[in-house]
Amino acid sequence: MKQVFLSIKENIALTYSVYRMVLSGDVSGVTNCGQFVNIKLDGLFLRRPISVCDCEGNELTLVYKVVGKGTEQMSRMTKGEVLDVLVGLGNGYDTSVSGQNPLIIGGGVGVPPMYMLCKKLISEGKAPTVILGFNKADEVFYEKEFEKLGARVIVTTVDASYGVRGFVTDAMAGLDYSYFYTCGPEPMLKAVYRATNTGGQFSFEERMGCGFGACMGCSCKTVTGYKRICKEGPVLCKEEILWEK
Amino acid sequence: MGKMSVKLCGIELDNPVIPASGTFGFGYEFAELYDINILGTFSFKGTTKDARFGNPTPRIAECESGMINAVGLQNPGVDRVISEELPKLKKCFSKKVMSNVSGFSVEEYVHTCALLDKCEQVGWLEVNISCPNVHGGGMAFGTTPEGASEVVRAVKAVTTKPVIVKLSPNVTDIVAIAKACEDAGADGISLINTMLGMRIDLRTRRPVIANKMGGFSGKAIFPVALRMVYQVAHAVKIPVVGMGGVSCAEDVIEMMLAGAVAVEVGAQNLIDPYACKRIIEELPRVMEKYGIENLNDIIGGVK
Repeated sequence: MKQVFLSIKENIALTYSVYRMVLSGDVSGVTNCGQFVNIKLDGLFLRRPISVCDCEGNELTLVYKVVGKGTEQMSRMTKGEVLDVLVGLGNGYDTSVSGQNPLIIGGGVGVPPMYMLCKKLISEGKAPTVILGFNKADEVFYEKEFEKLGARVIVTTVDASYGVRGFVTDAMAGLDYSYFYTCGPEPMLKAVYRATNTGGQFSFEERMGCGFGACMGCSCKTVTGYKRICKEGPVLCKEEILWEK
Repeated sequence: MGKMSVKLCGIELDNPVIPASGTFGFGYEFAELYDINILGTFSFKGTTKDARFGNPTPRIAECESGMINAVGLQNPGVDRVISEELPKLKKCFSKKVMSNVSGFSVEEYVHTCALLDKCEQVGWLEVNISCPNVHGGGMAFGTTPEGASEVVRAVKAVTTKPVIVKLSPNVTDIVAIAKACEDAGADGISLINTMLGMRIDLRTRRPVIANKMGGFSGKAIFPVALRMVYQVAHAVKIPVVGMGGVSCAEDVIEMMLAGAVAVEVGAQNLIDPYACKRIIEELPRVMEKYGIENLNDIIGGVK
């Protein structure tokens, strides 16, 4: 973990509720795909954890959905503003176990961290297939960006207004893959858990206090003991997950 | 002794700044960021007889100038704290540490305190009789003078190290409870623990916290904490450690003027991991600004 001050280089809307913020500065503290950052915002007590969408050179890209006060405030920020950010939080994805043709499944605001993962897998010579799930056409984002990386991309929408009709699991039928990686809302993660028969990794979300392991606010129970989502997570392996709720 | 050093129950601290239990883990997360030996000491994650997961999640909620937590004393249990956490801590912290203990019966407090009392690294036992998160347990002891003194007497009978009793603010008369602890043999008092609070999510119309209620902490509670520290420090003769919403060097000085010999910093560590380092570095400048030559000169300065 590192505390850094990053300046906003770009902050634009991708859909009616999803924004992309590009931050510039010392982002060397980001050490893996699937990690997150924790942002201090004026007037709010707790920092806001946001997954890393991409990190290269001295630029960090965050794609976030406006869901509350914090993200709403972020969406109004403009180029040149400086943010106090804790970077390099969480474990991230382990790509060494992916095999040659891994499957990447992102749902809604779970899509962003899959971008840097996909980029890394491709740089390692692997051929990932990417399924991006959304509710409807006007919520779709990053399809082209994934295609530009060289991945095969399938988009699903629940209301059939774009791409394949249905849930991400509907697009999985018949696909052949060596391993899977997923991030998205919990009902989707559970469905993916049931629909897959290879090993895989899941990225989880939880309300956090600190984001770096000090308060134990975000803990969960796993097969291998108690884990802090912010420290030993947010990525957990399929075989260690206990679905409680 | 330096101009910032203070004595807490006979043990000298280089400065009065102490990260509070539950906001500093077992220390090594922060040791990655800075040399934690600059701290006066720190109070490590509340320890119980058996391992605990704590409450269901979500157990954190945002508030105006503060937060609510209902972690519920997650910890690996005293045996693993002694066999794993303390040896790990030894590698990054060479000073005496404050051992924070909770329990759900007098016997559990006695068991855990007796074991930690034998650890060479432990300087003080901070006995938490105030955690508001655990049903039927910690809360009951800290809310009556009788319950508090029963725990203190039992713990004092099996320990040799200074016993500091951490009090809950969620009581009618905190002074009566502090006095009962002093009479029962406590070597010090620390206060305040978190204040019982609640938030409701308007979209779901359900409490944000799975446990419904939790402990409110952060800047917002500072005036309440300061008032209680002042009241207790003027009512007992044993040393008082002040805490509650402390976020800067000025707050430390206010707490000391109110009567605290040392000051714990809690929630601020979670949002600013360098908070304690910053406060320690700011103290000399703030002392100079207000004409304070030695921190010991101001303890309890406000009558």
